Amino acid sequence: MSDIPPSVAERPELQALWHRHSFVELDARARAFSLLDEDTGQEYCDPFDRIESPWLEPQGLVPESDDGLVVVKGLLAGESCVVIGIEGAFQGGSIGEVSGAKAACALQLAARDARTGQPISAVLLLETGGVRLQEGTLGLNAVAEILSALLELRGMRPVIGVVAGPLGSYGGMSIVAGLCTRVVLTHEGRLGFNGAQVIESEAGIAEFDSSDHALIWSVNGPAQRYATGLADAVVLDDVPAVRQAVITAVAAGVPEHHRSEELDVLAARLSPSDGGQARFSLPGLGIPVAPSPGQDSLAASHPGSAQQRGAES
Amino acid sequence: MQTLNLEYHAADRAARRAHVGVVGSGDLEILFEPGTDPTASVRVRTTVDGFDVVWRRVLDAFFAHHPVAGRYELNDFGATPGIVSLRLLQVQETSRKPAHPESNRI
Repeated sequence: MSDIPPSVAERPELQALWHRHSFVELDARARAFSLLDEDTGQEYCDPFDRIESPWLEPQGLVPESDDGLVVVKGLLAGESCVVIGIEGAFQGGSIGEVSGAKAACALQLAARDARTGQPISAVLLLETGGVRLQEGTLGLNAVAEILSALLELRGMRPVIGVVAGPLGSYGGMSIVAGLCTRVVLTHEGRLGFNGAQVIESEAGIAEFDSSDHALIWSVNGPAQRYATGLADAVVLDDVPAVRQAVITAVAAGVPEHHRSEELDVLAARLSPSDGGQARFSLPGLGIPVAPSPGQDSLAASHPGSAQQRGAES
Repeated sequence: MQTLNLEYHAADRAARRAHVGVVGSGDLEILFEPGTDPTASVRVRTTVDGFDVVWRRVLDAFFAHHPVAGRYELNDFGATPGIVSLRLLQVQETSRKPAHPESNRI
């Protein structure tokens, strides 16, 4: 990094971009280890345990040795923490029977530890299209078990959701994101329930134009999610920045009321007072993003079709 | 989906097991465990059918130059021959390095 071009050297605001160590470009395993204190991470059910999905081979798909989900336990700023990382490159980061069971068991064990006087927080790296279509109800069941374990743990220790991108968090796992104590996004992260193409195919292009990237980012992107209080921090795609945001989110502790319990606040968001004309900008980068004329509501999702189409983003 | 099993004579030894890659589009994951027999046994599972000849040529050429003994499991999602060779080199290189923190396990 010695050859910094003058165009960067002259502009201090670009230094962080120039020197950053991308979090988004890491795979799930490297992301999980990079968040924890150095040399403290231990992986559970690693690739050599070969706990694969039994449902993919019969359908002509090659399984992955960790089923696309990584569980690493270690220390975060000196305190116990388990990181559950979804690998977005494998089957769209989808949750199947095995990957879902790994995530649910990790949260259940964390809850058991927290209950028995060994406090441990959890971090979920959500890079997912939702339930794995090839595994149907087994994936849906896994999401339910994850939700149940998360609800128990979050009463005792923080559960932090991180949506780094580029895939984003969609489908059933976004319910998980919604229940997290706090949510950290990068500028590359998107958080939604139905994917843009699903909404367009179900409700028409006037409802949501999936080719309009500015529209998608103005609805599912980090600036919007932060502005409407569905995310708590938006950080640069940089390992130290993401790690610090997670440490801060854990240190803030267990809130008296979780976001998902504030039903009046959530209901108010369904009827934006400005008719959906609000403009948002990406914090720190000064990029204005505006909804398209066809976009008249922030609540562009259609309940009911998400779980069957969970892997569609 | 197709499964191929191949064996090569391999006299070189590796220090430890290694895992690289991901079963993502145009990529593959490789699990490598060192062996004591002078053999490299390779199992390939690939989503793309009908490329047996290409696989054989790529692996023949690779193990002729890099005969490290052990078991190789390749889970492929449409990687090109170039990517396959790079991942094989990477897994052998990783298996020579001292244990990385990521090899920690319970």
